[in-house]
Amino acid sequence: MTLVSIIFAGLLTYFTRMTMVALISRDMLGDKVKAVLEYVPSAVFPAIIFPGIFINDFGTFIEMNDPKIFGALVAVIVGYFSKNIIATILAGLVSYWFLIFVIFS
Amino acid sequence: MLSKKQLFTRGMLDISPHMLSVIPFGIICGAIGVELGFNPYLVYAMSFIIFGGASQIVFLQLLSGGASSLVAVTSVGIINSRHLLYGAVLSEYLDKLSLIKKLLISYVIVDQGFAESNKFFKKNRSEEYLHYHLIGTGCTMWVCWQIATLSGIILGSFVPEELGLKFAIPLTFIAIVVQDLKKIDHVIVMITCGLSSLLFFDAPFKSYIIISPFIALFVAWLLLRLKK
Repeated sequence: MTLVSIIFAGLLTYFTRMTMVALISRDMLGDKVKAVLEYVPSAVFPAIIFPGIFINDFGTFIEMNDPKIFGALVAVIVGYFSKNIIATILAGLVSYWFLIFVIFS
Repeated sequence: MLSKKQLFTRGMLDISPHMLSVIPFGIICGAIGVELGFNPYLVYAMSFIIFGGASQIVFLQLLSGGASSLVAVTSVGIINSRHLLYGAVLSEYLDKLSLIKKLLISYVIVDQGFAESNKFFKKNRSEEYLHYHLIGTGCTMWVCWQIATLSGIILGSFVPEELGLKFAIPLTFIAIVVQDLKKIDHVIVMITCGLSSLLFFDAPFKSYIIISPFIALFVAWLLLRLKK
């Protein structure tokens, strides 16, 4: 790993952040595009959530009885009703820990 | 009308719960770099120059696995290309700013900051200094990320691996989208994206992270046409 490769990766990343903000103005996007862009969070974040739950460190699918699936379900339920970020994360982690340290140990 | 300071503080407060997952992840990220045998200064330079959690880990893992710099750099670019979508959404709210301000703010646009500021923007369109909320979320994230990765580099992985704290990352994003489960169209878009990401997980350069959003946005476009 060289500083040059890091700088290139950093420049590339910066361009992904800056391009749309700097180049697009309000009038350039039509109403249809804006309506579709409303869905960006729902269309992007599951691509981080699903692999984070269903794929392990070795890049293969987990078993259907994996504690992460249970933890994620608890997080969804607690998050849905509490509307609280900390409660959601903690509920998921604690139920996951409960399974791996108490039940499966 | 809120002042610049109030908006900045609001941004800080809105993103701070996510630090519960970001800080352990940053520590892991820094520790992995040193464990893989890389120069600690270079591992830290990534946090400053790239400033993108998951992409930094992938960069390290690819290089330590013997991949060429070109492959590693390309992968970072593709993983982070999702920011193009965030930028397109945010551009509407940042339209009035001067180019130099846009260029500076862009550096601190991150997943959680985009998510929380976008939620705030939708409800407070009329605020004059809206961008200070985004600066608040971005700067909070930046400071925490620098401290977390630095502590991981210096202290090593003092977060026990058995705790599986990487799992906090999907949880933090569940917290972001969970309220949209009330809307059936959003549920369809989320499931499309999630299943696509599993289907294309082995696509080259980690491109599943940008392929699946585009498939999901196409489905969103179809849903909008059906609604009419």
